[in-house]
Amino acid sequence: MSSGDPAEGLLRELTPQVLGALVRRYGNFAACEDAVQEALIAAAAQWPRQGIPSRPAGWLLTVASRRLADQLRSDEARRRREENFARDGLDRPGAAQPGDSPAAAAGLPGGETGGDDTLTLLFLCCHPELTPASQIALTLRAVAGLSTAEIARAFLVPEATMAQRISRAKQRIAAAGARFDPPPPGELPRRLQVVLHVLYLMFNEGYAATSGPAAVRPELTGEAIRLARIVHRSLPAEGEAAGLLALMLLTEARRPARTRPDGALVPLAEQDRSAWDRALIKEGTALVTATLAAAPVGPYQLQAAIAAVHAEAAQASQTDWRQILALYNLLSTLSPSPVVSLNRAVAVAMVRGPAAGLAELAALDGNDQLAGQHRLAAVRAHLLELAGDASGAADQYRLAARRVVSAPERRHLLDRAARLSGPSPD
Amino acid sequence: MKYMLLIYQNPAAFQELPEAGRQALMDEAGAIVSELIETGEWVGGEGLADPATARTVRVREGVPAVTDGPYAEAKEQIVGYCVVDCETPERAVEIAARWPDARLWGMEVRPMLSPDGLEAPM
Repeated sequence: MSSGDPAEGLLRELTPQVLGALVRRYGNFAACEDAVQEALIAAAAQWPRQGIPSRPAGWLLTVASRRLADQLRSDEARRRREENFARDGLDRPGAAQPGDSPAAAAGLPGGETGGDDTLTLLFLCCHPELTPASQIALTLRAVAGLSTAEIARAFLVPEATMAQRISRAKQRIAAAGARFDPPPPGELPRRLQVVLHVLYLMFNEGYAATSGPAAVRPELTGEAIRLARIVHRSLPAEGEAAGLLALMLLTEARRPARTRPDGALVPLAEQDRSAWDRALIKEGTALVTATLAAAPVGPYQLQAAIAAVHAEAAQASQTDWRQILALYNLLSTLSPSPVVSLNRAVAVAMVRGPAAGLAELAALDGNDQLAGQHRLAAVRAHLLELAGDASGAADQYRLAARRVVSAPERRHLLDRAARLSGPSPD
Repeated sequence: MKYMLLIYQNPAAFQELPEAGRQALMDEAGAIVSELIETGEWVGGEGLADPATARTVRVREGVPAVTDGPYAEAKEQIVGYCVVDCETPERAVEIAARWPDARLWGMEVRPMLSPDGLEAPM
């Protein structure tokens, strides 16, 4: 996926368009999705050798339609054997029969319906009946055009596990009676929130800092950004869609500086800011600025605004912490959570001093959601370090390291504890 | 999020069960495995041969010393493991609680270290 193969990029782009056209024509999302996957595999095998066809979308649609016809024929035979005439919930009455004349559909609808189909597919894959893990997996396959093997590799699970998860997700959507239609206007805000959350999780999943096995993970962050762009383009008036895209761009901008060559994490304050991607920062900052001025404010916009304030400081010491604290205050009001409170405590410490920040943390001690997690101890360690309490900070870093389940973070926390515990023997 | 479920048994007590009883336990576990494959949560797992077949290996000053049997002579021994990938720690515990060995002996649920890490705290 990281390869710059032009055919691969084209396939990713065409996937939702071809799938949208196929579902529109024949109904039965689950079967159409399988057929498109097979067409993608055929294209990946043939195009590099024979060249990209002059009408690539039509080519894919024709191949997918044939596969669909084959599949439905064999399904039909099996059904007859079993005398089971149960109908798929996604079937549309009166849908065209696959194999009728796939070539007639070869001229795919142009850009505008293509974009709408992609959005409709996103809503379908991010169906509220599915768990977040299934929503992400199905979105990556049906909308982003990744193969099951690639998705399995991205989540470090066996391909069979991922295949099962995807097939079950499709069954659930069918059982829920979902249709290939945009959500009704009354449901749009709630459904859009789910789509944005799925893209946010997909981005985070890909925002991995590590060498080793994960270095071969597909670029989930890149896919999340690409899909967030599509959502923003389709729904330009939705402030949170713009906010999420801006947040992703501003976070992605820091990627080159956030790990050392050996894979160790670099905290924000110590990052080499000259390595940050200026173009992404410019785009993300402009987007969040314009959105905050035009749309009702929301949590993604506020997080993007905080990232933008960090981005505009040429050095960590020049960070405008007052503005960041004001944004966190707003975020705590709008969408309170223990994690927001933790981040806000850091901002309080930077504005009013570490003691004030530590006092904020004391209020979180009894919080069930944070109990047993590493975050509270890690932030407390950081603030104790700022306050000059080296041994207290080292203890808290070690406590955090025992609780964290991320290998790179554990390494980072143990490094900090070791640094504070005095010079190492060598 | 991946969890390893470590299955503990008292091998002596297991051997004393009648054959039908042992088979029933294995069938019960097998049914859970099929269900986890079906839900897409199953990552993998194996049963282990009797602890009596184990070797303990320790290298001291470059010299490996190999001794028979497990190091700890505990009554309950690890007899197998499975790895599941599920959405919440509560779900991992729920799966472990259904294992017949949980009823008779015990299961240990351990989150697996993930190779990912978000940006280090500021």
